[in-house]
Amino acid sequence: MTDQSYNFAYLDEQTKRMIRRAILKGLAIPGYQVPFASREMPMPYGWGTGGVQVSAATLMPDDTFKVIDQGADDTTNAVSIRKFFEKTAGVATTEETEKATVIQTRHRIPETPLHEDQVLVYQVPIPEPLRFLEPRETETRKMHSLEEYGLMHVKLYEDISQHGAIATSYAYPVKVEGRYVMDPSPIPKFDNPKMADCPAIQLFGAGREQRIYALPPYSRVVSLDFEDHPFDPSKADHPCDLCGAEDSYLDEVITDDAGGRMFVCSDTDYCRARREAGHVGAQAPAMKEGAGA
Amino acid sequence: MKPLLQVRDISKFYGARLGCRDVGFDLYPGEVMGIVGESGSGKSTLLGCLAGQLAPDTGEVLFDTRGEGPRDTLKMSEPERRMLARTDWAFVHQHAREGLRMGVSAGGNVGERLMAVGARHYGDIRDQAIDWLGRVEISEDRVDDKPTAFSGGMQQRLQIARNLVTGPRLVFMDEPTGGLDVSVQARLLDLLRGLVREMGLSAIIVTHDLAVVRLLADRLMVMKDGHVVETGLTDQVLDDPQHGYTQLLVSSVLQV
Amino acid sequence: MYVAVKGGERAIDNAHAWLAEERRGDTSVAELSTSQIREQLALAVNRVMAEGSLYDPDLAALAIKQARGDLIEAIFLIRAYRTTLPRLGASEPVETAKMACDRRISATFKDAPGGQVLGPTFDYTHRLLDFKLAAEGETPQAPEAEPAGGPTPHITGFLNREGVIQSEPEGDEIPPDLTREPMELPANRSLRLQSLSRGDEGFILSMAYSTQRGYARNHAFVGELRIGAVAVEMEVPELGFAIEIGEITLTECETVNQFTGSKTEPAQFTRGYGLVFGQTERKAISMALVDRALRWKELGEEDQGAPAQDEEFVLMHADNIQATGFLEHIKLPHYVDFQSELELVRKLRREAQATSMPEAAE
Repeated sequence: MTDQSYNFAYLDEQTKRMIRRAILKGLAIPGYQVPFASREMPMPYGWGTGGVQVSAATLMPDDTFKVIDQGADDTTNAVSIRKFFEKTAGVATTEETEKATVIQTRHRIPETPLHEDQVLVYQVPIPEPLRFLEPRETETRKMHSLEEYGLMHVKLYEDISQHGAIATSYAYPVKVEGRYVMDPSPIPKFDNPKMADCPAIQLFGAGREQRIYALPPYSRVVSLDFEDHPFDPSKADHPCDLCGAEDSYLDEVITDDAGGRMFVCSDTDYCRARREAGHVGAQAPAMKEGAGA
Repeated sequence: MKPLLQVRDISKFYGARLGCRDVGFDLYPGEVMGIVGESGSGKSTLLGCLAGQLAPDTGEVLFDTRGEGPRDTLKMSEPERRMLARTDWAFVHQHAREGLRMGVSAGGNVGERLMAVGARHYGDIRDQAIDWLGRVEISEDRVDDKPTAFSGGMQQRLQIARNLVTGPRLVFMDEPTGGLDVSVQARLLDLLRGLVREMGLSAIIVTHDLAVVRLLADRLMVMKDGHVVETGLTDQVLDDPQHGYTQLLVSSVLQV
Repeated sequence: MYVAVKGGERAIDNAHAWLAEERRGDTSVAELSTSQIREQLALAVNRVMAEGSLYDPDLAALAIKQARGDLIEAIFLIRAYRTTLPRLGASEPVETAKMACDRRISATFKDAPGGQVLGPTFDYTHRLLDFKLAAEGETPQAPEAEPAGGPTPHITGFLNREGVIQSEPEGDEIPPDLTREPMELPANRSLRLQSLSRGDEGFILSMAYSTQRGYARNHAFVGELRIGAVAVEMEVPELGFAIEIGEITLTECETVNQFTGSKTEPAQFTRGYGLVFGQTERKAISMALVDRALRWKELGEEDQGAPAQDEEFVLMHADNIQATGFLEHIKLPHYVDFQSELELVRKLRREAQATSMPEAAE
């Protein structure tokens, strides 16, 4: 099924080696943004070219690949990227978190805890956590090298003084191993704690901005906060209406014109597995129940 | 007593044009040094060289660091110098806009230096910011307002609070009262005098306004065309000027 | 009842099928061949080659056809294809002084060795729709002349000999390669030129225009604009000398800009440089103006805070493939981010309401 006109996983071996060197450097300096010569990919910048290049350099023929976007395997961009690697690398794919060896994600970390044999690849639009405080790359790189992070806290201070709470709900900045402040990509802050002490390797690829960064297994990852306004990874205060899960991140779905709505797991694989195991939410369709049994 | 700052042979040229030449002096803890001269006299160039913003062509600026005693700040690495700039040093700009973050609230402006050195308790940071706003006569209910909503005099007082909140050991001031109305200047000077006395500040103040140094400075350096033409205790220099230029400077003020 | 957001895969397939049909258009109208595009939409082909950074008119024509005439989309196709090509080596620098010029003009000298050659230009045409083109018909043959013999020396070379224009230092350092190394800022001039050469024509044009309107004005004259074919030579290790491997058409523009000088240095003109694949003169002139504006530091000029002087701003935003990708990515689902924002707003509103309630009760 592999398209013979392209090298395994699309990129040529030299390019993959270059990316692997950047990944290794990133793993050696957790949270540090390693510049790399991002290639033009056949999907647009901003649509996961960084993640795709990192996946291409990480995938081996025996890998099992999973792609999620917004937590779901069947959103359009996830489908497109999964098909791309089915075609160019011929690797096995799966929707089951447990069975995947490489998982590429946009905006979520799977609910199912990851294990040591897995690599989680994040797609990153803006890798620089200081970017919206300081637009200049030359200046932000200096701020990182000098560990000048006071401005980051000024932003959090302003949030509290204005809103009474830290008004950052996704792409919530973290400090890695007590050194680099890092952008976790636009995952909801609910997912932040999953990054810390994680057994899997976590790789972050930003194609347009030409940066790769990484978290080695079991890294110390702390979400920035104040002692008296501690980080709060909250989510909608509901169980999933399909599978009844109380511990998963939820999407809100509008069901009719009358303001009817329901909350469902954003992680479709997690939700499916729970329903198959017999868990039932408040609005689970009768048919699905039958199918799951 | 050891000098806090020892300045030796500072010269700075802009191409063929002289900025300042062979300037040297010692500053002792708790002392305020005034540098006066007209525009183009080299006083702002000198201040820039001392505060690490300009690289002089010759000379040394030895600062008595907390950890390692006197060190030439010109030879420090940029990280070291930046660290100094946000801990032991402070710089009050003539234009408050240059020294403030105009998009950040007054509290955030004052709190930034605290957070930069590791303060992580919102309540404490806010309390200290409010306390400092009070000390520069800005009322507590303005703590969440942005400097854009402040008058020129208030902005300048806010800049001073932002600089002094971490208790710097050395403060550089560049025309701190420049560009303000006369009545506003008087209030600001009064405030600065109080703070200098109360905190025992060591400071270097550059100004063309003799009233500022008369009120604040212990010692004076008079500059003309890049050279120091006269130095001495403030009262001595102003009451009994020796150099012709100083005499001119003093008499021109008295005539006003 | 909730309907899961399923069926992404089939929806994509169907959308692509529809796209293919729309691309073809009305089947009662003859299909365009890529050779027709290559021959008759040559300037579009040139732009795609220039910004796609790949000199191949046939592939560019195919890309234009596949992209339904959307040139940025076509450039994107070419860039993505280019990524997969192995790099066999680098050519020798091309000798534009030996260019076989189709067009060569100077705005600074009325005449010069080699002469003024207008070439196939839109200049001096009246921009009136030519309805004859809507009807079919043969184009009359243009008169021909013998090509001028000998090389056409660069105009700036004459100024250089006199010393009245700032000379560019000879350098044998290998320029950095934007497509193989990450962009490092501050960038050196060769990196800037690469970025400008493949940058979006509209963006570079607007930047150049802004310098003419006073945002870092640099008083540019077109010292010389030349378009023509140059030989590409490459040293083959087995042979030990360079051989010609092909020929490409380039547009080169050198501007003569405002002079600088001081008490110690005599007044000298300065220059900007543009070099682009194909016949692309608007781009080449724009590039030269922006190049010149970006050289303010090296030439000891004042930073006026103008956009065209800001290297980081220009280089980070010149690439239309980066720009269009990031712009269009906001079409992708952002449910998760939006959901977390929505919850935060609700929470903040709840808290605000809770604190204002007691007052209202009093």
